[in-house]
Amino acid sequence: MPLRDLSKEELYLPGSAACAGCGDGIALRIALKALGKDTIFTVPACCTSVIESSYPNTSFGIPVMNIAFAASAACASGIRAGLRRQGKETQVVVWAGDGATYDIGVASLSGAWERETDFLYICYNNQMYSNTGIQRSGATPFGAWTTTTWKGKEESEKDMIAIAMAHHLPYIATATIGYPEDLHRKVQKAKSIPGPKYIEILSPCPPGWRYDMSKTVEMSKLSIATGVWALLEVEEGNITFNGRSKAILEGKIKPKPVEDWLSGQGRFAHLFKPKRDEERIKKFEEIIDQKWQRHREGKL
Amino acid sequence: MREIFTTISRPVKGATEKTGQWRTFKPLLDKKKCTRCLRCWILCPDGAIQRNEDESVEINLEYCKGCGICANECPVKAIRMVREE
Repeated sequence: MPLRDLSKEELYLPGSAACAGCGDGIALRIALKALGKDTIFTVPACCTSVIESSYPNTSFGIPVMNIAFAASAACASGIRAGLRRQGKETQVVVWAGDGATYDIGVASLSGAWERETDFLYICYNNQMYSNTGIQRSGATPFGAWTTTTWKGKEESEKDMIAIAMAHHLPYIATATIGYPEDLHRKVQKAKSIPGPKYIEILSPCPPGWRYDMSKTVEMSKLSIATGVWALLEVEEGNITFNGRSKAILEGKIKPKPVEDWLSGQGRFAHLFKPKRDEERIKKFEEIIDQKWQRHREGKL
Repeated sequence: MREIFTTISRPVKGATEKTGQWRTFKPLLDKKKCTRCLRCWILCPDGAIQRNEDESVEINLEYCKGCGICANECPVKAIRMVREE
């Protein structure tokens, strides 16, 4: 869908408490244009709960239910049950960060998926607990600095898409803010499918990733170009790649060096200064290579 | 039905404050160069770029936080960032 056909209605209002250059703000605006006004959000503790701003004001033009970290998906199940009783078709959406999705909320999320609750779970992944001051999460990549991994994280992130696939969801997708048309299409598609859906949006964070705030979209596009993040959809267990990721998978374009992505972010600066850490840079590249090797075999 | 007492926030522009005062650099739009592709409009994290009826855009300096994403992403470089006085 060309940009001019996207809704003019703004359901995320200007003047919020988000940092300048926030990736989540872009994700929210695009997703809300696809979801429309007949939507209820459930937001656990995460950056978005801060972005809403404080009582008696909110920057959201739709109803938002703020809930404890671990309870977001359970809350969505309850909202859906209540709406069904009232005979309403309103979209129920959980908007949660990667900490609430990968770590703290995964138990209730697994439960809601197993109950086949008709809702859309959107995880905006900034690869750390940004809201509380940049701590390591299950989504933080290998080698990244956070305040709790100050020498660089030693482990790799977990594969949330594979966890979602294990629940046999009708629709799973990944997206990123640098490709607004693609993100809009995926949210719209998820909206049209009944049952539990999962979308993960890579959402770069200027204070957490340590890059200049004007480069949020550039960083997002670079994640795709280097192959660090892949644009994919899983429908009924079939994985399909789209956009630039499809071209990379089919070998039509060569991915940019992963080092470009690493060196652009201050959170990986210790891999380059004061001495180049050849071993860890190589290990990071291997992790990405292995991921694409699996993708070529039709796996995650 | 029993009435439920809870705190309900209402949607307003500038729920935090007039965030334009956070800015150190402000975007300047050259309307002659603008091709109305709307990339700046969709990629503004704060919705501070208004889209008019004729698909031209206008920057709302009352709420623009001055991140510079619009200037960085404009394909024809119609937006540049200048220091606030």
